[in-house]
Amino acid sequence: MDIATQLVLLTLAAGTPLVYAALGELVTEKSGVLNLGVEGMMLVGAVVAFIVAARTGAPWLGVAAGIAAGAALALVFAVVTLTLQANQVASGLALSLFGVGLSAFVGLDYVSVVIEPLPPLHVPVLSDLPVVGALLFSWNPLVYLSLALFVAVHWFLFRTRAGLVVRAVGESPQSAHAIGYSVLRIRYLAVLFGGACSGLGGAYLSLVYNPSWAEGITAGRGWIALALVVFATWKPWRVVVGAYLFGGVTLAQFQAQALGVELPSQYLAMLPYVATIVVLALISRDVTAIRRNAPASLGRPFHPEA
Amino acid sequence: MRLRLESRPEPSRLATWLSPLVATFAVLAIGFVLFAAMGRDPWFALYTFFIDPIDTRYDVGELLLKATPLMLCAVGLAVGYRANVWNIGAEGQLIMGAIAGGGVALAFHGSESHFVLPLMLVAGVAGGMLWAAIPALLRTRFNANEILVSLMLVYVASLVLSLLVHGAWRDPEGFNFPQSKLFTESELLPNLIPDTRLNVGFLIALAVVGAGWVFVRKSLPGYRMRVAGLAPAAAVYAGISPTRTVWIAMLVGGACAGLAGVGEVAGPIGQLMPVISPGYGFAAIIVAFVGRLHPVGILFASLLMSLLYLGGEAAQMKLALPSSVTGLFQGTLLLFLLGADVFIHYRLRVLRSVAPAARGA
Repeated sequence: MDIATQLVLLTLAAGTPLVYAALGELVTEKSGVLNLGVEGMMLVGAVVAFIVAARTGAPWLGVAAGIAAGAALALVFAVVTLTLQANQVASGLALSLFGVGLSAFVGLDYVSVVIEPLPPLHVPVLSDLPVVGALLFSWNPLVYLSLALFVAVHWFLFRTRAGLVVRAVGESPQSAHAIGYSVLRIRYLAVLFGGACSGLGGAYLSLVYNPSWAEGITAGRGWIALALVVFATWKPWRVVVGAYLFGGVTLAQFQAQALGVELPSQYLAMLPYVATIVVLALISRDVTAIRRNAPASLGRPFHPEA
Repeated sequence: MRLRLESRPEPSRLATWLSPLVATFAVLAIGFVLFAAMGRDPWFALYTFFIDPIDTRYDVGELLLKATPLMLCAVGLAVGYRANVWNIGAEGQLIMGAIAGGGVALAFHGSESHFVLPLMLVAGVAGGMLWAAIPALLRTRFNANEILVSLMLVYVASLVLSLLVHGAWRDPEGFNFPQSKLFTESELLPNLIPDTRLNVGFLIALAVVGAGWVFVRKSLPGYRMRVAGLAPAAAVYAGISPTRTVWIAMLVGGACAGLAGVGEVAGPIGQLMPVISPGYGFAAIIVAFVGRLHPVGILFASLLMSLLYLGGEAAQMKLALPSSVTGLFQGTLLLFLLGADVFIHYRLRVLRSVAPAARGA
């Protein structure tokens, strides 16, 4: 496999957890809810997926468990912010801190455990084709799934009636409520979907990208995913492009080492975080574009009685 | 029978102060169940976690020592949170304060001058402010979300620290460990109570808490910031500059966190190391909320949070439980608190399915 092919595949792999987490958060935010707990949901998804895969020896069961764990954590957030009307920013932070603590706690006995990772796809004939086989037909199934998720999210939000309702709830919950939609129920579903996606992103990290468990395995990817949604000005296709760009940035670290660049590793490790800050500033600068695209009720609680 | 939440005509003061207690008891209850589920005697485990760590003078000193950075960071953060400015990067600002203060200590190493320590403290405050100025600038000039920027800078700060102690600032006689030289007496905060590790940093923190109370309750900028948080649109009409609000909020938060950072390296740690805080800057977010964003509340909340840290260590040593149970309890505490806060603005009403007449007052 030549270097270019390898680079493309590595970038896809590095961007995939961000695609999952950011697409999930995008749907949540489209319904008007800001869940800052992505990092926590990813971590819990990662650890639960890993534990289940290690215990059962079935990585796919681990994936399912990771999804369920992410959704379960999102449910806590939904109860606190939607039913109990708590501040979304504070609750999201709480969820992240909780997820960091919970994942470290339950994962302690699994830190040096080795598991059978989720194997890449192998299609007879197609996967064995020269170049194209490696480039297109030998990805990990979860990478294909992430692209399928992108198509599904785009189609759902912009081509279906249900998607229109979600967007309406995010723009004007009062109007949606007035014409008879249950704002809270729709928001519950959107938050749960976001949690499931974050959990899946976490599961990808611990089962595919780096098949192992370590405290803080996400290394801030949950926060980067949140930033990605802003970069993308709430457009799914831009989320995906952004995710691969950032995946590429995280790779620079390993590429430079492979090329023998004499630079302390810390400089390169800073890169994704610094890049996030710089790009966030550049995109956010256009205040009107942000205002036009951000869901109008983002972060604001809605109480049907009021 | 159905339950329904109804708005209260006025926020309940009782619920405001009760909800941290409810959250604390919820954590105790969860701890009880968790310890029992892990096969430990739950009463003994709770005793080990919450009483045993504070039953001697030395232990109380440790409690206050750990509460010091927590109350410092939380008081600073609360100023911002009241104004709806969400600095969640206190951990990074704390690290930068430690780097700046520690840098001064290393520059004047062994000088025995009385000016070194004050200079370190000033440098620490400046370091924290500088780090907090980045999200402030990006928010006010480029509209960049301060939550994400301040958080990203935590990772950058810890990498900068790692870079320094692995490189330029490594102790040449330190057997190649990634640590700086040990600070000497003139670079360390004097001890406060004999036979404990408590140092004057605690008094400084108390003074900052007092200053925080004056700022929030008695000063014009503090009042303006509260208005900006409660009613942003009204604040703009009243001529309160949102830009200024962001700057004050971030700089105050950064200054306090920076002071906490230099207090750690000039206090219990006594040198620069790759890791100088077990997440005090993040725990301080919880402290700020549990303390109701009020300096006096923060004082008590920081003691509770400090106890959670000590309890985690005790649980690890005496019960062979992972110390990460601390993080779990911290997160649980905040989630329960935010959930319980619903009763400040709403009350629960029981609706009977047969007779829907309202019950109670």
